Amino acid sequence: MSKVFEILRGVPGEPDYKHKGVIVQGITGAYGSLHTRNMIAYGTNIVAGVTPGKGGQKFDGTIPIYNTVQEAVDATGAAISAVFVPAKFFLSAAKEALDAGIKLFVAIPEHVPVRDTMVALDIAREKGAIIIGPNTPGIMIPELIKIGIMPPTPFKMGRIAVLSKSGTLLYEISDALTSAGFGQAITIGIGGDPVNGTRLVDAFEMVRDSPDIDGLVIVGEIGGDSEEILAQSIMDSGFDKPAVAYIAGRAAPKEKRMGHAGAIVMGTYGSAESKVSMFNKANIPVAKRPAEVPVLLAGKMQESD
Amino acid sequence: MRLLEFQAKELFREYGINLLDSKASHDIAQGRKDAEALGYPFVIKIQVPVGGRGKAGGIQKCHNADEFELRYPQVMDLTIKGEQARAILLEKMADIKKELYLSLFLNRSKRCYTVIASAEGGVEIESVKNQIIVEVGLGEVSGDVATDIARRMGLEGSTADGFVDTLMKLSRLAVEKEAELAEINPLAIMQDDSVMALDGKFVTDDNSNFRHPEMEKYQEKSEIECMAEKSGFSLVELDGDIAVVGNGAGLVMSTLDMLSDNGGKPACFLDIGGGATTESVYEALTLISRIGRVKGILVNLYGGIVKTTVVAEAFLQAYGNNLIDVPVFSRLKGTESDKAREMLEESRTKIFDSLEDAINSAVMEVNH
Repeated sequence: MSKVFEILRGVPGEPDYKHKGVIVQGITGAYGSLHTRNMIAYGTNIVAGVTPGKGGQKFDGTIPIYNTVQEAVDATGAAISAVFVPAKFFLSAAKEALDAGIKLFVAIPEHVPVRDTMVALDIAREKGAIIIGPNTPGIMIPELIKIGIMPPTPFKMGRIAVLSKSGTLLYEISDALTSAGFGQAITIGIGGDPVNGTRLVDAFEMVRDSPDIDGLVIVGEIGGDSEEILAQSIMDSGFDKPAVAYIAGRAAPKEKRMGHAGAIVMGTYGSAESKVSMFNKANIPVAKRPAEVPVLLAGKMQESD
Repeated sequence: MRLLEFQAKELFREYGINLLDSKASHDIAQGRKDAEALGYPFVIKIQVPVGGRGKAGGIQKCHNADEFELRYPQVMDLTIKGEQARAILLEKMADIKKELYLSLFLNRSKRCYTVIASAEGGVEIESVKNQIIVEVGLGEVSGDVATDIARRMGLEGSTADGFVDTLMKLSRLAVEKEAELAEINPLAIMQDDSVMALDGKFVTDDNSNFRHPEMEKYQEKSEIECMAEKSGFSLVELDGDIAVVGNGAGLVMSTLDMLSDNGGKPACFLDIGGGATTESVYEALTLISRIGRVKGILVNLYGGIVKTTVVAEAFLQAYGNNLIDVPVFSRLKGTESDKAREMLEESRTKIFDSLEDAINSAVMEVNH
């Protein structure tokens, strides 16, 4: 089932089909306001903002601001929230949104404590909601809806799903795909934290059976075992669309955190070798550099023709 | 943050975990006082934030003052996996019967703490046999769960009691300090069947530091790391000669990989974060100018909306202020790259369209 497409796009016949409303939590902050404007420019239907104490005001003279997510949801019926609050307010923002009925909670902030992510996840499970992030660039259906901070230029509408732990590599690789004629049906930033609201394998489950998808690109990096779990799931489920991967961090030293909180190899746990060998086992080629991704994908496409 | 052994043991002691007597010092004068207070014999243990100390000669027995005068400076002068001694721990010797393994770690995919225990410890975790692995949720380990683990390890009597007590205390410590890893290896069974932590490894979630002011004293950072943190950058120092700078952790890792694939040796990993501005690039160059061994700088910036001229301006300022005297090889993705190239024509910065070309040129020039 492709629940994520349903949430992002809706289903034909709905009055807001392909025009789903999005709430921005932290809309008046420097970061929140910048990216709210960028999202609007991209075509995302931002229907409300939330900043406690600023209820009743309007953002840029047009978008109503509410004190609570509940008020914003009651007024707009939105089920999607983009979150730009500082990391230490992530958990309270998540609780508030999930309690108010938000079904897709996209958490941009970096430096959220792992325990807060895990507590938020428990609530999301209970409510049947999806958390993307934290520490994610966001999620988008190119040329339709963008929830996050991605620059627009690398992306083009198409039929490839791109799942990525890294922001800039998502841009870099989508750019290479676009140049090679592979547009994207959806791109999901998993985030660079040790614990992800949506793991690679969860994102895969969300898109695998979608009729919109002809192929899959996985952008992983050292740390944890979510690439291994995904590779196993692809093998077990007999996913037969072309898939290729890229793994960053082969040259990183052990036991050093490489920029992302989650990018650390402990012993062999989280090593690039482990991930590459699992993908190889699953018959998924792993690119040596970002530019090689579309080349390998084209090869896989030909094979499956 | 990753605590050193003596810091982890300070926390263990606070939580009532059994330990041998030990004292930590930063110089030999203090070490002599510690030696006297502790009494011979004891073990001299280097304090570095990496494993493999024993093999590298960082753990030495010491029976008298002559040996102490010889070995303390020897151990202090060691460099292990690029890490110099942060302190020296003197610890009494143990008369042990058997070595166990015990750790709790934050299981990223299961999203809970997981206990790993084994009756065959004392070796690196990868080589620990007969591991008992139990997912224990986000809270403290209960007496029942701990007792069951002890039983499965084949422990009995007062040894089992000691193990259960240690596991429960270690889990309370891990939960309260928001640890990613709390490891005791080896956890020793002594001749009198009591249980004692002979080593300690403790890694906490940096993102939770704001909730733990009491842990601040354990923060050990180099001057350059402090500067990087202040600017909101991520920096990892490496031992090569080409500094690698970019925006975004994944992109910089990827650049590091490609540089290494092409025979280059990275001097550092520097992620300046999401965007790139004149100020952030200038600060990055300032940081790199403090790393002595750098012979060249490789810059890889992917700015979807960044103007490359803004970045070029930072290079010009850096040259103008004599900040850097090594060549810079840069791949800038963004608008106005023709104009940026013009700006830098007479300077030490070479701009490339592809990262491959920038890397090849950097490796060739730095390696001659």
